[in-house]
Parts: sequence; structure tokens; C-alpha cells
Amino acid sequence: MSRRWRQLLISAVVVPLASVVAGFLVGALAILVTGSDPIQAYSALFAGAFTNHNAAAETLVSSIPYVFLGLGVALGFRAGLFNIGAEGQFYVGALAGVFVAFSVHRLPGIVEVPLALLVGMAGGFFWAGIAGVLKATTGAHEVITTIMLNYISFLLASFLVNTKGLLLAPNVSTPRTPDVDPAAVLVTLIPGSRLHAGLLLALIAVPIVWFLIERTTIGFRIRAVGFNIDAARTAGISVRRTIVITMGLSGALAGLAGIVQVLGVNKHMTDTVAAGYGFDAIAVALLARSNPWGVLPAALLFGALRNGASFMQLETQVSSDLISIIQASVIVFVAAPVIVRWLLRLREAPVQTLQITQREEVETTS
Amino acid sequence: MAELLQRIDLVGLLAATLVTATPLTLAALGGMMCERSGVVNIALEGIMLTGAFVGYAVAFTTHNLWLGVLAAMIAGTGIAAIHAVLSISLLVDQIVSGTVMNILAVGITGVFYRNFIEQATVAGPGTLPHWNVPLLSQIPVIGPIFFQNQFVTYAMLVLIVVVHFVLFRTRWGLRTRACGEHPRAAETAGINVYFVRYVNVIASGALGGLGGAYFSLQQIGNFLPNVTGGRGFIALAAMIVGKWTPLGAFLASLLFAGSDAVGSRLQIYGVHLPIQFLGMLPYVVTIVVVAGALGRAVAPAAVGRPYRKS
Repeated sequence: MSRRWRQLLISAVVVPLASVVAGFLVGALAILVTGSDPIQAYSALFAGAFTNHNAAAETLVSSIPYVFLGLGVALGFRAGLFNIGAEGQFYVGALAGVFVAFSVHRLPGIVEVPLALLVGMAGGFFWAGIAGVLKATTGAHEVITTIMLNYISFLLASFLVNTKGLLLAPNVSTPRTPDVDPAAVLVTLIPGSRLHAGLLLALIAVPIVWFLIERTTIGFRIRAVGFNIDAARTAGISVRRTIVITMGLSGALAGLAGIVQVLGVNKHMTDTVAAGYGFDAIAVALLARSNPWGVLPAALLFGALRNGASFMQLETQVSSDLISIIQASVIVFVAAPVIVRWLLRLREAPVQTLQITQREEVETTS
Repeated sequence: MAELLQRIDLVGLLAATLVTATPLTLAALGGMMCERSGVVNIALEGIMLTGAFVGYAVAFTTHNLWLGVLAAMIAGTGIAAIHAVLSISLLVDQIVSGTVMNILAVGITGVFYRNFIEQATVAGPGTLPHWNVPLLSQIPVIGPIFFQNQFVTYAMLVLIVVVHFVLFRTRWGLRTRACGEHPRAAETAGINVYFVRYVNVIASGALGGLGGAYFSLQQIGNFLPNVTGGRGFIALAAMIVGKWTPLGAFLASLLFAGSDAVGSRLQIYGVHLPIQFLGMLPYVVTIVVVAGALGRAVAPAAVGRPYRKS
């Protein structure tokens, strides 16, 4: 095997896999400290994620939003943009899409579903676009603005969903929007489970995003800006426009995650619908090393963890929050490959430390 | 007008504002030490959460609130130390490292809470005592606001002055700021950049941990999962709006806490106003400030960039 392929294998497969294993070992250590049995806990986690009744289908259900969100965050990473706002874009996309989905009636599903999805994507594009425009025009760091936009979107959702005459459904005990039109619901793939057609959309989204990044002009610009902002500018690429478009597309994918979740699972929207998916997506994209194909296994892992965790908590004394320890450890090992290399005694050339945020500030005076 | 003022209880409102601003200011001071030395700290939320939990756990087991406060600070330095190793020595992206610390804090506090505290039936350790400063607490208006507080609030007031002095009046502060603005030049001048950054990041953990103790040991006398509820990010906002200065961060924290206090009072009096918009204030102000309206907030030049020793 040539040296180049060997290095690729190590950085794309060996390091992530070893990181996952090491993450589970750290989790096992935490379980031991609390006085429980790691094998018992992990067996329950596995059963809850795959082998229980409908568990595998539920794991896929949980993985669907992670695919879209992971793709969105990864897309941003490729341009050197750190989109921490996926959670907020998920909300805004879901809000925009659900409004369409419960307002329209008497249209065939083939029209209603794409319409709602497009509006959801537009919502996410707009919300992330705010951060993109601010970065491009004023240099405001997207990490700060997207964190702030997250909280604004939660409060916005809370306001809209709790206010009569806006999105609040009449005669409900807990505040939520009206149910979406039956024609707008994503069809169930396996009868008796909640697995919905969003899975197919997620599977289509991966090659599309890959193609966008690797084979299109805008993808080339995204990678050029992420690789070296000065060189990109010198080559005549409009850095500002690329930043706005990348943030927007990243947000559109997060918004798509939101509206797919609503149309496929919830059928209406509450102000707690995202429940941390968008924050986990940062970890998904990191584990995937910003590669769209890598997002699939990473999303599956996170879906399985999320889904198995509740059964583990039910069966053993171990809190479902354990998966946060596992996820955090996995990301540490992925982000600092030095540790894994040292553990596995890999004597290859150094695996590049993950560096995402821009080293250069956007020139705002020119 | 006078009647309305009396009804609103302005003094009570201001006192509540100062108390609510306590954890925000402390975490913002911590974030400031960290960022002034060139390391971004979005882990403040996780640091406070861990501090709140460990502080409570120790106070609960030892029946000693003061040991709890100390433990909260040590726990904060623990999380900050991991952040320091990852982002300074292992050159991990500082935002990634901070994000990971926040996830880790949710995991650690959640797992140990379920095993050691949730099922406990023994009474909790209570809350830190109110101390009335002799004479000063008798002054009308000023007394009830500033001199009838609990420990963490007094500590915050003192630490604003201390951090300002350290950052802007000592050799250490000069070195810290040099590392945050131009680490290469700092090293050329004989400053050990790694050492300065390590100390500052760890100090930020102690300040954030103390901020965490506010929740479990001063405010509610208990620990609940995710008790900090995003206050670490509001503290980050306060630090930015205050332009990386202690006094500025304190004033920004007061503004944010004040809007919070006003909101909850309006609700009590049954004023129908969408409180969500009042809640948005800190975030909107921060965006406006980082975007450069209201006077530009400029971060330390080298913040966020890992420094590789030459």
C-alpha cells in the first residue's frame, strides 16, 4: 500500500474508530466510578439501540436529524466557519416549515411536502445567513453571533408557540402548534414503527453535499476559503460572498433537519422540539472529519447512543447523561490525534490536528 | 409616580439585579483572564455547571458550605485545566475544546447526580448565610443593595477590583495581555507563553467555579441538572459587551440581570408583555456590539489561535 493511502486510512478510519473505542473505555471508567457494571450498562445500551423491539428503527429515526445537521456543520467547517448555531437554525427551519405545513390544505402531498421542506430550508438559510452577513460585512465572529442567535431563536419559538393568534393551536393543554396537514406528513417506511421517509432524504443529501463540495464551483470556492483565505482572495474569489453562501447553506441543512423532524416524527411543533440535536451535530461533524460520507456512520453512532441511553437508564443505575461523557471523550481523541497515535504507537507522519476556525480575520476595510 | 415606584420596589429590584448579576460577572471575569492571554473560553457554561455540582456534592457530604465553595472552585480549575492541556499543549482548536468541555460537564454532573444525590433522602446543606456589614448595611438604599448579601456576591464585588488590578496594574497582567496580543513577540521578550496561558486558563476555572457555587450554595441550596441554564453564554456575552474589561463586564452583567429582574417582576404584577423579548436583550445587544455598532468590541488579537513554540 502506498504511503499516501496508508495515511488516508489512518486519518479517515483508524483514528476515528480508535477514538470511538477509547471514548467507550472512558465511559466504562465513569460507570465503574459510580459503582455500576460497565458490561451490564453497555449491554443495555446496545439492546436499547439495536435489538429491542423497534429499537433499530428508532435508532435510525434519531440518526436522521444528525445526518442533515452534521452535513450542515461539516459544510461550514470546509470553509473554516464554525457554525455553533445549528440548533437555532433547526428551530427557525422547523417554525417556518410547520407554519406552511399546517396552513395549507387540499393540496397533494407531492406538493405540500416539498413546499414545507423548501420553506424550512429557507428559514435555516435566513437565520444562519444573518451570521454570515455579519461576518462578511463587519467581521463579527460567527461563533459568537451563532451562539447568540441560538438563544434568540429559542425565545422566538417560545413566543410564537405560546401566543394566541400566532402559532398556538386552539384548545391544547401544553402549548404547541396545530397539527400539520395530513398530506404534508412524511410517509412511514416500516409499518408499526416511526421510521419515516426522512431517512431516504438523508441518504440522498449525503451525495448531494459531497458533490456540492467536491465537484462544483461554489464547492471549490468554499474549500479555497477554508484552505487559505488570502490565496482565495488573490485568486479572485469573493471571500465575503462565499462566507454568506456557506453559512446560508449550512443553515439550510439545519433547517431541513428541523422541518423533516416535524413532518416525520412530531407532526406539530413545541418549543422544545430540537432537544440538543443541533449541539450534538458539532460533534458529529468533528467525528466525520468534515467529510459528508463520514457524517453517515457518525450520525448512526450518535443516533444509537441517544436511543440506547434511555433504555440503559431504565435498566441500570447509570444515567443517560453517560453518553455525553462518551461523546466528549470521542471528540477529544478525534480532535487531538496525537493521543491516539501515541496509544496505538503509530509511527506515521503526524496526523494533522484539527484546525477549523479561521486563522485570518476577514478583511473588512477593503 | 411615587406610588408606582414604591409598588415596583426599586431598591428590591436593584438588590435582586446585583445578586442575579453575580454568576454572570464572575464567569465573565474568568473568561476575560483566559481570553486576555489568548485562549478562547466558551467552556464557561461547563465550568460553572461542574462547579455548581461539585460544590453542592462536597457541601452535602461534609455538611460544610465553605468546603463546598472551595471545592466548586477546584472543580472549575479541573475542567479549565483539561481545556488548557487540549488547547495550549495539544493545539486543539480552542472552540472545539471549549465545546467538548461543555458536553463533558453535562455528562459528569448528570451521571454523578443520578448516583449520589438524586436518591439521597438526607436534608441538603442549606445556603450560605446573609452577612450584614456593620454600619454600612444601615445606609438607606445603598445598604440593602450592597451590604446585606451572601458570600459569593461580596466575593464578586472584590474580585472585580482584583482582576482589574491584576490585568492592568501588574507585571503579570502586562505579560498576559502580551500573550493575547502577540505571543511571538512576548516569547521573544522572554515570556513563557505556555506558562502564562496555563495559569490564566486555570484561574478562569476558579472564577467560573465560584460562579457555579452561586447556583447550588447561595441561590437554591440544591443541585439540579443543567442548573446553570445557559448563564455561561450570557457571561461570555457580558465579557464581550464589556469589551474584555472587568468594570465593563460588570456593567453588562448588571444590564442583563436587570432586564431579567424587571421581566420577572412584570410577570408577577400581571403586565402582559411578551417576556421572551426582554429575554432576548443580552443576545441582541451582544450581536449589535460584535457587529461594531455601539462602539466596536475588539478581541485580543491572538485570541483563538493555538501558539506553536518556535
